[in-house]
Amino acid sequence: MAEQAAPTTIRAPERKQISQSYWSLVWWKFKKNRLAIVGGVLIILFYTICGLFAEFFAPYTLQYQSNYLEARPQPIVFKDKAGNFSLRPAVYGLRSEIDAKLRKRFFVVDETRIYPLYFFVKGQPYKLFGLIPTDIHLFGTDPADPEAHAFLFGTDRLGRDLFSRIIYGGRLSLLIGLLGQILTFIFGTVMGVISGYYGGITDIVVQRMTEFVGAFPDIPLFMALAAAIPVTWSPIWVYFMLTLILVFIRWGGLARQVRGIILSLREREYVLAARSFGASDRRLMFRHLLPGTLSHCIVIATLMIPGMILSETALSWLGLGLRPPLTSWGVLLQEVTSVRSIRFAPWLLLPVPFVILAVLSFNMLGDGLRDALDPYGGR
Amino acid sequence: MSEPLVEVKDLKVEFAVRDGIVHAVDGVSFTVYRGRTLGVIGESGCGKSVTAKAILHMVPKPGKITGGEIIYYRRVRNDGAGQTTEPVNIIQLDPDGEEIRKIRGGEIAMIFQEPMSSLTPVYTAGSHIGEAVTLHRLIPVRKIGDQMVETIQAHRGVSKQEAREIAIEMLRRVGIPKPQQRVDSYPHQLSGGQRQRVMIAIALSCEPAMLIADEPTTALDVSIEAQILDIMRELQETTEMAIMFITHNLGVIAEMADEVCVMYMGKEVEQASTVEIFYQPRHPYTQALLKSIPRVGRKSRERLASITGMVPDPFHLPPGCVFHPRCPDYMPGKCDHLMPSWTQVGEGHWVRCLLYEEV
Repeated sequence: MAEQAAPTTIRAPERKQISQSYWSLVWWKFKKNRLAIVGGVLIILFYTICGLFAEFFAPYTLQYQSNYLEARPQPIVFKDKAGNFSLRPAVYGLRSEIDAKLRKRFFVVDETRIYPLYFFVKGQPYKLFGLIPTDIHLFGTDPADPEAHAFLFGTDRLGRDLFSRIIYGGRLSLLIGLLGQILTFIFGTVMGVISGYYGGITDIVVQRMTEFVGAFPDIPLFMALAAAIPVTWSPIWVYFMLTLILVFIRWGGLARQVRGIILSLREREYVLAARSFGASDRRLMFRHLLPGTLSHCIVIATLMIPGMILSETALSWLGLGLRPPLTSWGVLLQEVTSVRSIRFAPWLLLPVPFVILAVLSFNMLGDGLRDALDPYGGR
Repeated sequence: MSEPLVEVKDLKVEFAVRDGIVHAVDGVSFTVYRGRTLGVIGESGCGKSVTAKAILHMVPKPGKITGGEIIYYRRVRNDGAGQTTEPVNIIQLDPDGEEIRKIRGGEIAMIFQEPMSSLTPVYTAGSHIGEAVTLHRLIPVRKIGDQMVETIQAHRGVSKQEAREIAIEMLRRVGIPKPQQRVDSYPHQLSGGQRQRVMIAIALSCEPAMLIADEPTTALDVSIEAQILDIMRELQETTEMAIMFITHNLGVIAEMADEVCVMYMGKEVEQASTVEIFYQPRHPYTQALLKSIPRVGRKSRERLASITGMVPDPFHLPPGCVFHPRCPDYMPGKCDHLMPSWTQVGEGHWVRCLLYEEV
């Protein structure tokens, strides 16, 4: 009697979507977290400005050296050449002065000279993405005036524009974070899944390895590994090796967390069910178990990127990481290793706010992701 | 009689745990025939599920198959008219090998007790079925010759699109409404009954020769249970599939099974056709089991019968017949000393009890 066609007679109104998919729920919850949105936007900005279009956003190229050594930042004013108010931003020029007492040459702001800033100006030629030759920069001084210069963040000891160098430096610092984290992510999750799934001897070996690497004092290990990189290698290889060293030191934490989750997931019925349908070990591990850990891993990975960036900065600052022909935030900070430079050129510390901003953005994004990736939970 | 499909002979499975060895399955023998249903009943912990898992060579960790044979008569596809079978001893296969993986799911499929947790939460219903299909199912490629309508059949794997179509078709066959939409649903969007249907759809999508249903309806309510049982029977009629149905619900057994095998403490105590089991149960344990079912319309005020005593401790099994401490027909001096043997008491009716032995 119950099987009669009662259900077919009543037609429910057709609805397009029966329920929200997981990712739309995640996005919906993520959107509500203002701080996470800010972090995400900042990160996207960082990677587009520094990573993809550094040459465009930087007014000078990396190699450019001016005659203004250790010049202080030029303040932006809204005046035209005659000194009247104008909407077009401009910078004051610089004039050299000799301090007799310190026997040192200084550059001071010369308010009599005003160089207006133009947008999308022709500047030094470069290749966008290493392919498209162009010479358009976001902003710069009048290309017709060879005297004009604009060093928003001042210059370093060799007269290079710090603003441009921070943008270029961000590229390597941010990419090492991302690249290193991607490698850590792959290596850590694979080791974690294998360790958790097989258990027994495999598990013991992997876990003792993570403990060994984790128990090692970081800085001496860095020094030893960095010393092992041949000096003759090209900077790009050094960069790559440094990334691998960072990965080597950091995969353990992620692997342990993944292992823990896998240990609980592998006892679930669906693993047994998938096995009874003839799934192989590899399929079980990477198709059925790994996705269950992904939301957790994404959060951990996002929160670990700042650590990567800070490690690179610290190592390069110590002289163990990247070396000067390459420019990263750590390399830039290497110039402020003495009291003298802080006393006479404090603007060389300007990469620090950028490091802090990048790290904070990743943390805010990571926190937002952690809450959002569990959309079914309360709160 | 139809041809045998899986023959279990004297199967022994042991679990070596800290306190000793548990003989979870101790000398079980039965045969499953093509197109027929074997019901396996018994109390919790009597070895039903372990037997089922042993057939797929999937005994869980500390457990080990220590004896016996499981012969699977595999059908070999012939180019000619006839089909021959080739016996495969499942126990001798590598439990992680290619061969057993082909059998699992492809030729012998299993449905588990917990439909709620048997689907991987991150995949849609369709991708589950699709996975099983792409793992096993091969589609014949037909070519028609010039003169004669000659059919050469080769086999190839299934493409993603085809897998999806098969998935929708399977969902329709197991009675899921709006299969085109449901195919994209995640497990948490389905109800318990629907999830179990999806499980059945997965199991049946590769057209297995045998379906092991390990308490497939325990977690469902009775109306859904009836529908699921109907689906299984219908599919059995169309595909000549054998079913091994494990349950402790005697009503379901009466409805589904052709033959019944009663297990107690890892041993088979009685095996007969369903009619015989229900009308002429021989073993005191079977009789007690049947008495413990509540009946509608029973007039007397007497309490529902239950089997006296407790299931014995698996580490200290009683000597002689394992059932003797709880047996209403206990014969002192015999049952606690002698091991009963597998005795035939009627046509296809076997019992392990000293009442039917001349000693």
